[in-house]
Amino acid sequence: MLKQLEELKLKVLRELEEVSEIKELESWRVRYLGKKSELTRILRSLATLPLEQRKTIGALANEVRADLESSLKQKRQTLREAQVVIQTKEEQFDTTLPGRPLPIGHLHPITQTLYEICDIFISMGFQVVEGPEVEWDYYNFESLNIPKEHPARDTMSTLWVDSKAESDERCMLLRTHTTSMQLRVMEKTPPPLRVIIPGKVYRYEASDATHTPMFHQIDGLVVDKGITMADLKGTLYEVVRRFFGEDRKVRFRCDYFPFVEPGAEMAIECSVCSGNGCRLCGNSGWIEILGAGMTHPQVLQRAGLDPEVYSGFAFGMGVDRIPMLRYWIDNIRLFYNSDLRFLRQF
Amino acid sequence: MKVSLNWLREYIDINLPLADLADRLTMAGIEVSGMPVTGGNLGNIVVGQIVAINPHPNADRLTLVTIDLGTEQSTVVCGAPNLRLGDKVAFAHVDAQLIDPRSGQVCRLKPAKIRGVTSSGMACSEKELGISDSHEGIMILSEEAPVGTSLADYLGDTVLDLEVTPNRPDCLSVIGIAREIAALTGQSLHLAEISYKASTSPIDSQISVEIVDPDLCPRYCASLVTGIKVAESPQWLQQRLLNCGMRPINNIVDVTNYVMLEYGQPLHAFDYHRIRGKKIVVRRATAGEVIVSLDWVKRTLDENMLVIADEERAVAIAGVMGGANSEVTESATTLLLESANFNPASIHRTGSLLRLPSEACMRFERGIRPELTIPALKRATHLILQLAGGKAAKGLADVYPGKRDSEPILLSTEMVERVLGVEFGFDQIVSVLSSLGFDCKPSASVSEVRVTAPYWRSDIQQAVDLVEEVARIIGYDKIPATMLSQQLPRQNPDPIINLKRQVRYSLIGYGFDEIVTYSLTSSDMLNKLLTEPRPLEPVPLRMANPMTAEQEYLRTNLRANLLDALASNRRHEDGNIRLFELGKVYLPRPNDLPSEPEVLCGVLSGSRLERSWQGGYDSFDFYEAKGVVEGLLSQVDVEASFEKGGDESLHPVKQATIIVDGNRVGVVGELHPKVSPAFDISETVYLFEIDLSSLLPFTIGHKMFQPILRFPTIVRDIALIVDTGVTHQQVSNIISSFPLVKQVSIFDAYVGEPIPPGKKSLAYRITFQSPTHTMTDDEVSKVQQKTLSKLSSELGAMPRS
Repeated sequence: MLKQLEELKLKVLRELEEVSEIKELESWRVRYLGKKSELTRILRSLATLPLEQRKTIGALANEVRADLESSLKQKRQTLREAQVVIQTKEEQFDTTLPGRPLPIGHLHPITQTLYEICDIFISMGFQVVEGPEVEWDYYNFESLNIPKEHPARDTMSTLWVDSKAESDERCMLLRTHTTSMQLRVMEKTPPPLRVIIPGKVYRYEASDATHTPMFHQIDGLVVDKGITMADLKGTLYEVVRRFFGEDRKVRFRCDYFPFVEPGAEMAIECSVCSGNGCRLCGNSGWIEILGAGMTHPQVLQRAGLDPEVYSGFAFGMGVDRIPMLRYWIDNIRLFYNSDLRFLRQF
Repeated sequence: MKVSLNWLREYIDINLPLADLADRLTMAGIEVSGMPVTGGNLGNIVVGQIVAINPHPNADRLTLVTIDLGTEQSTVVCGAPNLRLGDKVAFAHVDAQLIDPRSGQVCRLKPAKIRGVTSSGMACSEKELGISDSHEGIMILSEEAPVGTSLADYLGDTVLDLEVTPNRPDCLSVIGIAREIAALTGQSLHLAEISYKASTSPIDSQISVEIVDPDLCPRYCASLVTGIKVAESPQWLQQRLLNCGMRPINNIVDVTNYVMLEYGQPLHAFDYHRIRGKKIVVRRATAGEVIVSLDWVKRTLDENMLVIADEERAVAIAGVMGGANSEVTESATTLLLESANFNPASIHRTGSLLRLPSEACMRFERGIRPELTIPALKRATHLILQLAGGKAAKGLADVYPGKRDSEPILLSTEMVERVLGVEFGFDQIVSVLSSLGFDCKPSASVSEVRVTAPYWRSDIQQAVDLVEEVARIIGYDKIPATMLSQQLPRQNPDPIINLKRQVRYSLIGYGFDEIVTYSLTSSDMLNKLLTEPRPLEPVPLRMANPMTAEQEYLRTNLRANLLDALASNRRHEDGNIRLFELGKVYLPRPNDLPSEPEVLCGVLSGSRLERSWQGGYDSFDFYEAKGVVEGLLSQVDVEASFEKGGDESLHPVKQATIIVDGNRVGVVGELHPKVSPAFDISETVYLFEIDLSSLLPFTIGHKMFQPILRFPTIVRDIALIVDTGVTHQQVSNIISSFPLVKQVSIFDAYVGEPIPPGKKSLAYRITFQSPTHTMTDDEVSKVQQKTLSKLSSELGAMPRS
């Protein structure tokens, strides 16, 4: 009986080895480990054997059974792995076909730039403020030390609104700069003040590659005790460093704007010629990006602030030029032509 | 402004390399935008003198001219009629670059044989040298021109192109720039001779000056020169004017222009004999007064324009342009030379109303100082005597009603530090200001100085102006860069800013591309939205000075521009187009600025998805647009209802008004088929519009957490047959009115066979859930039964078997 068991084991295992399909494994199991299998029959017949024999044969039979079961498990594992290998190796699958097209739109490049710049200022404690685009002469000019017949008005050709009310002496215009919000902000909010004012501005200017009658600006205003020109310089340098990168050279020079004193202009090194001079920068090597300065004492006074106590700085920058410089866009009108072939590039 | 470097060098020694000089000036506030060199192409051309003129052996109209070039002589063939023995000319050697007078092209001079005589070189005209357009004769150089010198050295110059800011009219002059350079480099100024010998005849007996309107003319000065001879100016003077962009006219006009460029004070010369009554009257014009200006144009003036008049009539538009009736012509022998100061605003107004911008205008309107009149007048008189001969009357006419003493300004070292954020020493501050010509006197405090601005500076009113002077001369690069150290101000951001950002990002997630269009539009464009002609409502704001009819009105909606953008993109885009704009519209209000609500508008056309290899190519429909609106609203926590709309530009049936809490906040619908053709649109377009400013208050609500119920849900589907007039909203409202109904969703809507005509089938999935216990089937069936009977009794709905 022992010999019979040994032979059975060898035969059955040999057969198992020859199995090559997972689905054949089950019939093998039924045949050799199932209820009607020889092994089960042997185990069932143990009861009829004398105790001594029952012990040895029983032990062996159980051992054989365990062997077969573990061999089966192993075989199944092997076959499965082989099958996975075959599947992953042989199946043809073209991953280069495009994915299902989910719709995704694009923010306008000017919006993207505005958000990017605003976020830098927000991280420095500035608050975003917006204001009217149709404005009184007072806020756009008079309050900023630009009375009627001031030569600075000539540099900002103005679109005037045809105001119906003839009795009304106040002139309505389309704001020529976002600086028009300075006094409004100061009138509304007492210092300390740290705001930026993004928005649309308008000029009486014919369209060409570098001019449009509508464009965007961001103005900034800080008013508090002890604000200095060094703070202005530090703030603007930090913004330029974050926006244009660590290595971009910056120039900070004297300039004139009626509503600041001292006044300044900031330029960055031209990215096209690296400061050597080219057509883009008018051969100067510099690209002017913003005007700035210390808030003029008269402007503070108009807002009811004592210039002996409070000081402030202000700056204003054109926004449209920035994506133009960044992406080498050669025509500002592309921003306002709504051509998807342009807008979908950003 | 253009400033000649040679001219500057007469006033100041310049030891810096030019590039450094340009950099210093730029940093200090006067931007040097270019430094072109005149005479750059004058190589191989020298100053020669004519020593012999002989007839050409073979041609009557040509001559053989022998020219002394210092080291050699050259004989050339010449056809010009204007040569005389002893004249100095510009002689071009072979290989010189000249301008071909016929073609205007630069070409290289070659040796030539003219009628049998070899000519190696030539005497040049101004046009050939590229100096002017004159080609009538050979250019005759000044007698002083040194023979043999290269023409580039004799005529060549570097011109500084300067951007002078409007606050510095003093820098619209050679001396002004020289003063800046003096302060920046520590050199001192050499001023030119301005005194002259006058005759014994006093000016007062020959002219009287009356200023009727001193508010427009603070000072009027004049000199008188008799026995002058009007002629061409000498070469050097003509050349300087040309280099600075002005045309030479005659010695008198040229001197007035020369001194204006040199001193920054505009001058005007009258022919004294044409001034009637020996009298100058400075007065406002009478309304409608007419004067023919120097350019022979009739100018009609108004009563706020200032004129210079004689006893009878206006002889000049003050500070803007002289009159033809008193012009200095060749026959003039006596000259009245005006050097006056006028009100800047008045000059600006007159100059722009008459469209006569001029160099003089530009200087007056920026506010030059009245003190400048006398030195400039003396300098000009000096030069006229030198160049046109004659005798100057004794003394000057000088009426000066606007005399003001300049008040000293107190400046302390603390003030400088308070503004700039960096400390500069007292001595350094005083030395900078003194170098600019400011008078610095000690004050009571040791850290404080009493500063008086020099007479030529009109831009210094208060201490901060002095701080800028200190900063710009020491250099803005000496100011440190510090970060703001003050406490952060309290933040109260306007919630609309965040709402706009959220909406924009959501829409790009839905596949919309953002456009930004001009706020200015045309009435034609706005009219396209109307289905039949009628006045626009609201009436858009009009520009008083529109540039073009296309940009005459402020938009009252965003749709017109969006539809226009859609149509223009459709010409090259055959896939789906989803566009949105988020911006202001401008709605007029009586006696006030317009209201400027922030509006969102979107348009959709084409297929829902891009054509893909996996198929799926159905078109946008009303419910796509509505889905976008619902998505946006749910994102900002707003519940809206959609009611039948009455928007004229939208399809009469396929449109809905978006209502939030009883307020109309927008519309969604299909573009009216009558409107599309106006925009050249031939496809179906869906549109939505939401007034974000009106929506804003509803987005700021307080959100409440809903507990997650732990009892299981039970789902039942029902199908109903109802009249086609019954809406989903009615059905859904009834089902939802039962408390144990957790959710209702429609999953099918169908019209057609086998549903009888006039009826439609609606299928709903109802989710039941109790907050207190696990519902039994029986319980659910009871609620469902009640629901069905209510639907039946109220809407006549029958269950579909």
